[in-house]
Amino acid sequence: MCALKTFRNGGVHPPENKLSVTSAIEVFPVPRQAVIPVNQNLGAPATPLVNKGEAVKVGQLIAKGESFISSNVHSSVSGKVLKIDEMIDQTGFRKKAIVISVDGDEWDPSIDRSPMLKKEITLSKEDIVKKIHEMGIVGLGGATFPSHVKLMVPEGKKPEYLIINGVECEPYLTADHRLMLEKTAEIIVGVRILMKGLGVEKAIIGIENNKPDAIRKMAEAASEYPQILVQGLKVKYPQGGEKQLINALLGREVPSGKLPIEVGCLVNNVGTAFAVYEAVQKNKPLIERIVTVTGKTIARPSNYLVRIGTPVQELLLSAQADLDRTGKVVSGGPMMGKALNSLEVPVVKGTSGVLLFAEEHSSRIQLRACIRCGRCVGVCPMGLEPVLLAQYSARSMWDNAESNLIMDCMECGSCHYTCPSGRPLLDYIRMGKNKVGQNIRNRGKK
Amino acid sequence: MIFAVVSLSAIGLISAVVLYLIAQKFKVVEDPRIGTVEESLPAANCGGCGFAGCRNFAEALVKKADDEKSLEGLNCPVGGAEVMKKVAAVLELEAVETEPMIAVVRCQGSYNNAPSKVRYEGAATCAFAHNLYAGTSGCAYGCLGLGDCVAACIFDAIHMDPETGLPVVNDKCTACGACVKACPRNIIELRFKGKKDRRIYVGCVNKEKGGPARKNCTVACIGCGKCVEACAYEAITLVDNLAYIDFVKCRLCRKCAPVCPTDAILEINFPLKKDKEAEPAGGKKATVETSTDSSPADADKKAPAEGDGLIISENK
Amino acid sequence: MSLLTVSGSPHIHSDQPVPKIMYGVVIAMIPAMLVSFYFFGLGAAKVMLTSILACLFFEWVIQKYLLRGPLTINDGSALVTGVLLAFNVPSSLPVWMTITGAFVAIAVAKMSFGGLGQNPFNPALVGRVFLLMSFPVQMTTWPIPKPLFGGTAVTDAISGPTTLGIVKEGLDAGKTVSELLPQLPTYAGELLGNQGGSLGEVSAIALLIGAAWMFWKKIITWHIPVSYILAVVIFSGIFWLINPEQYLDPVFHLITGGMMLGVFYMATDMVSSPINTKGMLIFGAGCGILTMIIRLWGGYPEGVSFAILIMNAFTPLINRSFKPRRFGVVKPS
Repeated sequence: MCALKTFRNGGVHPPENKLSVTSAIEVFPVPRQAVIPVNQNLGAPATPLVNKGEAVKVGQLIAKGESFISSNVHSSVSGKVLKIDEMIDQTGFRKKAIVISVDGDEWDPSIDRSPMLKKEITLSKEDIVKKIHEMGIVGLGGATFPSHVKLMVPEGKKPEYLIINGVECEPYLTADHRLMLEKTAEIIVGVRILMKGLGVEKAIIGIENNKPDAIRKMAEAASEYPQILVQGLKVKYPQGGEKQLINALLGREVPSGKLPIEVGCLVNNVGTAFAVYEAVQKNKPLIERIVTVTGKTIARPSNYLVRIGTPVQELLLSAQADLDRTGKVVSGGPMMGKALNSLEVPVVKGTSGVLLFAEEHSSRIQLRACIRCGRCVGVCPMGLEPVLLAQYSARSMWDNAESNLIMDCMECGSCHYTCPSGRPLLDYIRMGKNKVGQNIRNRGKK
Repeated sequence: MIFAVVSLSAIGLISAVVLYLIAQKFKVVEDPRIGTVEESLPAANCGGCGFAGCRNFAEALVKKADDEKSLEGLNCPVGGAEVMKKVAAVLELEAVETEPMIAVVRCQGSYNNAPSKVRYEGAATCAFAHNLYAGTSGCAYGCLGLGDCVAACIFDAIHMDPETGLPVVNDKCTACGACVKACPRNIIELRFKGKKDRRIYVGCVNKEKGGPARKNCTVACIGCGKCVEACAYEAITLVDNLAYIDFVKCRLCRKCAPVCPTDAILEINFPLKKDKEAEPAGGKKATVETSTDSSPADADKKAPAEGDGLIISENK
Repeated sequence: MSLLTVSGSPHIHSDQPVPKIMYGVVIAMIPAMLVSFYFFGLGAAKVMLTSILACLFFEWVIQKYLLRGPLTINDGSALVTGVLLAFNVPSSLPVWMTITGAFVAIAVAKMSFGGLGQNPFNPALVGRVFLLMSFPVQMTTWPIPKPLFGGTAVTDAISGPTTLGIVKEGLDAGKTVSELLPQLPTYAGELLGNQGGSLGEVSAIALLIGAAWMFWKKIITWHIPVSYILAVVIFSGIFWLINPEQYLDPVFHLITGGMMLGVFYMATDMVSSPINTKGMLIFGAGCGILTMIIRLWGGYPEGVSFAILIMNAFTPLINRSFKPRRFGVVKPS
């Protein structure tokens, strides 16, 4: 392990607030009703395969991803399909979901439920990718990109490094940290599987140095594999962004508008590596994940192993949330998470955490005029000028926004976080990205 | 003194000659009718005609008159009938009257009808809020109340009503279509103003099934279809759980509104039958199309383009 | 449970809103304020108080009655302008002139452009330059510092020129630097504040203490001050090395006149300076070079105010020409 590194441009240091870091992973009980959306990933929704009234088992395929960028969905519970209906998602919109009324906990017999560690990788490279596809694995870092698609390297590109993201740069979240402490060996096997699936000889696991125990444990477990390096990193947000992580670990810069494969890298979250281990070695599809339930109005900040489709409300109850004092509930971390419209939403593949804010911390700071201080420019990890991009978006100057590389923005929120005047920078930039993205697509169609 | 007078006069004369010669050399030859037509136009440069300003529109009018001997499809919504008659006269064509139109807000999700379930904080523009979340009431199709339509209007014709949280259109509306484009949820539509300024339309654009729609808003269209049955002129269609009244076919017979179980159908400016009055009356200008053959005017051509997604107007 | 709040991410915020920044600058200026009261007594206090109250009043009255918009006098920016304006004038300035200066600074240089964040020029400097142009005599007559306790006054006179003024006149009259040196305050005197000048110009040490505070609290960054100082040192250093009898040494230039005040408090005004670091370095260097040109060959002994105002005019151009390094964009060779 070498000296600490970090990425070059920008970045901020929000207070860490890792309230749940000492809480070991708890297996959360099976819910009474599971609401499983058919679209839990970036890309097209899956097509339901079951009908109302049908009995399902844990791990059974209930929706199939048909297009190139889509993912299979499996049942996380056993019981009967109650209905296939439009249910509220975390943004308040209604999306198609399979609602299952839970009865017992019967698993598909093909799944290996034994806790024994399986180190030997028997599948071939192509079969690994197929298995990951079959088992509905998506990126568990939050972006939920279908993992099998990520492993399909385009023609002419040569992958050199597999990068594993153990950074967890978002404040409050500790799911990945606990996973690295408690399932270390499994993660290393998962890393090796991914290396084989990608066809690379080298892997680097990046971990921020506010997790010294995780760095130690992971380094120990990886010590018998010289091709896997564990690298400590200085704490800085947004180090978990794949471009920033590659820059920090290897000093390489992914070219604007291109993917990490251009510099020979592929990035996967530790959680995804663990899910890949379970998928390939234990034949277990993605049906549960670790969710950090935390916040200052939570009496018991916890890390739960939750079945997909469990209502968020149940998690909050178990963690002893004081809902009367709560003003905002966020799915994900405080920098990039989505504010929930209602608590009657389910945990989905991308839910890394549920974060509660007290009333007094739920509002933004007072809005004032921009004082052109340039702090937003200084903290932008992509070297953009958020003050200008937000102005262009607000005034509908789409061409200017595009030529100032608004599409490079990764929506990390550092600019908005730093602005002394409380300007809603990221709101306008998101709006601009949406419109400029449309313009680009329309141009492409012509 | 004499020297000063002589020298300055000489400079003046020389400059005048030089300017004249340059003006002649760089003169742009153009059709003088374009200038005359442009003078007849209201000079609002609003883009309601679909062109980039009145000059551009004048050029298009002259070109069309020359090519097709008609001005079909070209209309100045701001100037209306008077202006199009003048233009027709300049170009030696005949003018034909068409139906005047007005912008109509097809949502009644006020604070009372669609109570807030969450509190919004963020950029004060509908274009952003539309993608962030469904809406404070939970209705993913309803008005967000942040006023992109108000910001887009250059005629002072639409304002937010602070009591209801919905926009209200007034007399000054020229049906230029700016608010229609600005609304990210396509809630605003251009419809016929109607005889005696009366119109009937469905005040809802919610495409969800009846149950969820009604849960969020008490006056939502639940797609029951009773209005479709009641209409004797086949003016009402039901698509995606939403009823729509075709304003060309509608005869204002008022048979549909009473049968609607959620009071989603609005009747504007009719005499009080029951307690059903919503928006104030509006509009003064008539839109006119000119053509040499007297085909029935097709005001549908001014209907807003659907599915334009995020069009963002100037924000405050 | 009351309604949940829905907003776009991020949902947390750094703890440095605008008032904190502005009041931070005011706190940084307290050491210099105290020194000015020590050396110039009641006159200094009078000017300071007048300036602050006038600035706050004008901003309040314009926002409340003219613009009829939200009141923002509690964000601290008018307070900062008030203190900076006072720092830029002699302590003997009549009250009504101070008020006029405050009016120009706030109403003309700031509010007429749209208030905080919209002014292209540093308001305090605009006020100062206006006063200098309109009331040259009163603005160039400085009371001799009379320490309140301990220390001795430089001369027994009541008023006299600044150090730079003495040097300029002397050099113009043909004297050399070594002939002039006995007339000038010592280095120590200049550092501490025992020299003629406007309220905030005199004590380099007090200003440096304030600057250190601002760096620690991350209110300002190093780019403008460092580039400004480097440009001054290099420029004046070259000439001093060529002819030490005609040109003063760089250290002297750094600690006299409004240099320290300009470098740390005026040039770093966020609104009128560039937004990215490359631009800031160019801005600082430009200020330094212009200051030295005016000091050495211009008509005025002091060039800081004019240099900064000129560079303020260039800020939009600098912002447009110098963009930050974009991640992942390789410049074609």
